[in-house]
Amino acid sequence: MTDMTTFDPAPRGLRGLLRTTLFGATLAGLAMATGAVDAQTLRAVKHSDLRVLDPILTTAYMSRNHGYMIFDTLYALDADFVPQPQMVESHEVSDDGLTYTFTLRGGLKFHDGADVTGEDVAASIKRWGERDGMGQVLMDFVESMAQGDAPNTFVIQLKEPYGLVIDSLAKPSSNVPFIMPKRLAETPSTEAIPEQIGSGPFKWVADEYQPGVIAVYEKNEDYVPRDEPASFAAGGKVVKVDRVEWVVMPDDQTALNALQAGEIDYWESPPSDLLPILDANPDVTVRNLNALGYQTIMRPNALNAPMDDARIRKAAIASVRQQDVLDALVGNPDLYNLCGAMFVCGTPLASDAGSETLVEGNGMDQAKALLKEAGYDGTPIVIMHPTDVGTLRTQPVVVAQAMRDAGFTVDLQAMDWQTLVGRRASQAPIAEGGWHMFMTNWVGADVFNPLVNNMVNGKGPEGGWFGWPDIPKIEELRIAYATATSLDEQKKLAEEIQKLAYEEGIYAPIGQYFVPSAWSNSLDGVLDAPAPLFWNISKN
Amino acid sequence: MVFYILKRVLAAIPVMGFVALFVFLLLRLTPGDPAAIIAGDTATPEQLDAIRTSLGLNEPLLVQFVTWIGDLLRGDFGTSVLSGKPVLDLIADRMEPTISLALTTIILSVVIAVPLGVIAAWKQGTLIDRFVMLLSVLGFSIPVFVIGYLMISLFAMQLGWFPVQGFKSIGDGLGPFLHRIALPTFTLTLLYIALIARITRTSMLEILGDDYVRTARAKGLPEHKVLMRHALRNCSVPIITVIGIGFALIISGVVVTESVFNLPGLGRLTVDAVLSRDYPVIQAVILLASLIYVVINLLIDIAYVLLDPRIRYA
Repeated sequence: MTDMTTFDPAPRGLRGLLRTTLFGATLAGLAMATGAVDAQTLRAVKHSDLRVLDPILTTAYMSRNHGYMIFDTLYALDADFVPQPQMVESHEVSDDGLTYTFTLRGGLKFHDGADVTGEDVAASIKRWGERDGMGQVLMDFVESMAQGDAPNTFVIQLKEPYGLVIDSLAKPSSNVPFIMPKRLAETPSTEAIPEQIGSGPFKWVADEYQPGVIAVYEKNEDYVPRDEPASFAAGGKVVKVDRVEWVVMPDDQTALNALQAGEIDYWESPPSDLLPILDANPDVTVRNLNALGYQTIMRPNALNAPMDDARIRKAAIASVRQQDVLDALVGNPDLYNLCGAMFVCGTPLASDAGSETLVEGNGMDQAKALLKEAGYDGTPIVIMHPTDVGTLRTQPVVVAQAMRDAGFTVDLQAMDWQTLVGRRASQAPIAEGGWHMFMTNWVGADVFNPLVNNMVNGKGPEGGWFGWPDIPKIEELRIAYATATSLDEQKKLAEEIQKLAYEEGIYAPIGQYFVPSAWSNSLDGVLDAPAPLFWNISKN
Repeated sequence: MVFYILKRVLAAIPVMGFVALFVFLLLRLTPGDPAAIIAGDTATPEQLDAIRTSLGLNEPLLVQFVTWIGDLLRGDFGTSVLSGKPVLDLIADRMEPTISLALTTIILSVVIAVPLGVIAAWKQGTLIDRFVMLLSVLGFSIPVFVIGYLMISLFAMQLGWFPVQGFKSIGDGLGPFLHRIALPTFTLTLLYIALIARITRTSMLEILGDDYVRTARAKGLPEHKVLMRHALRNCSVPIITVIGIGFALIISGVVVTESVFNLPGLGRLTVDAVLSRDYPVIQAVILLASLIYVVINLLIDIAYVLLDPRIRYA
């Protein structure tokens, strides 16, 4: 034991030297004793804390990531964004395109030892379909869903042909259609499931879970991976460590030090200003794992005047230069793209239609003209400004200044993110706590087609997303997209939707940026993926 | 004496009741909605409403308050609306790091600061006094996170003597426990040394000029007995007050230190709960912090009585 109360910080002479040496040796011994790292435990610092354990109840990315650990999916996207079977062995579609019969592959078991059956699948898809936007569209086309003749089969009967059945089941980000036991999937979709039992490659260690501190997973020894190599979210989920710990570290500097000192192995999202330090460390790898990156967006509220006028909304969008936003938000040009594609640059649906002023940054005159044409009377535009989230506190300031330059009066209201989350749900007028605009960020996979992209929803106050533009034509186009059977047709419809969305000024991507992850060189096999995945990684 | 303590305990009950009401109302008046946080980006208003109902947030405020107080009286602090874990479990998980840090910090601070303060007062105006006061000013002036980062840089990153972050329970062994708690303790200790040494010096200076000290010296008592038995004991009331409040401050949350050293303590639990509007956790933690303040103040009051008989008869 080291008696800290007798530690003299400034010992002198031979006696002092001896004491210092003994003290250092004692501490070094302690360090060796306590710092011994189990080679098969992978310690990761994630972007946030895991609070909600039900990945269907919430869209929180941490809950999605948790879902990928313990649950499995029927299909998954590969690196080319093509759906590949995961739990499914094969499927057949009837000639009329209305009946999908799926057969599950052998060896699928839940963590409690029960076999995965068609009943579990049907209940899981039903619950997901109640919560998820793409799932809700799928459910509009579904007549019935049930186990087939054999326990390892299930059948989806459609009311009319729908081109995105498999794409829906392969949805890679929140909410992901994870498969859980029927008894859990029957939990109302507005309540959290009571247990964490999946059939995925890791098991949840409930006893060691401390919200705000640590979440622990252990290898599911009974999991049978597919034979194909891992690719994006698809392929064989081969677990090569015994245990994964998600450690919460609220302080970036602490995470940086811990990674450099070897106390953690993986850091999901180091801030861009610390990347040069990590880049300079030969023992650390820094790489962007998500090719689609993040889309940062501005969203006007179509319910509150003067933003109820499309010309005013367009004027606000036209005033903004993506370059300014991204320079302020990211700084490093290697980590961002000027990208006006609502369905994300780098995807098959990417298009620059309608985004010229944002990307080229030449819309200020147009913004002023639109304001004049609309007769803007100087009503203050309330922009909600979350000051407690590093990746969201910058954009409102830049956008507000651009809008002021165009002639807007802007009321930039500082608040914490959770206040914003509550307030953005308000459809009330400004005087009663309403709002005109906010900014947020999306993972690319959450906005990469017209069905998952919440902002191109045109349903208005009933069923629309925060901001609630009421544009029936967009809904018609989305339904047409959903029933399109070829990629060319989908591309054409997606571009039409984008053009119309820009024309109506319902939202604007104000940049695409990337958040590299960093990990110790002792790790091998870290996957490019839509979410941080921990299979395929070995630790030396 | 017993009557005095009983009176103080009874006086604490309305204080706790007021704190409970205040915390409850303040939280409900604060913008933000845990249901919206849980539901995420795609929830419809109907789904939000259903989540609120399942969390009991749609009940009238009075019903919610009465339910909460009723549960509290039965010892049920509720469950976290986000994680679904019992609030008492969450708090219990976070108590050990916080109490450990508070104890090690206060013990180390007292052991160093009280002698420093006594010596500074005894040698008033000398270089020693000025040096102690310089240390005190530095301890007050340098932000805790700066000291923390400097400690980590020197002792963890450069010398490799300590780990960068984390906490080990004393149940894992005294060595690992001390190894992890050392740097946060040193970091906080500088602040508390500054505080306690300064108070000790000031109090001693007042006493050292009194007649009975002069008398003690005149009758030939050794200087250390004059200082320790006559002077220090008689100025212990303000010193104990500062120590007690310092201890309570650490218990009720040293968020910065906990964050810099990644200690899973009560401070971080509180901040996380506030940022995520986890009402049951916030309510319980603030009640607990209030209770700790009340108990520590009570202990300080009892110490006064033991140290100074005049208070007993006041």
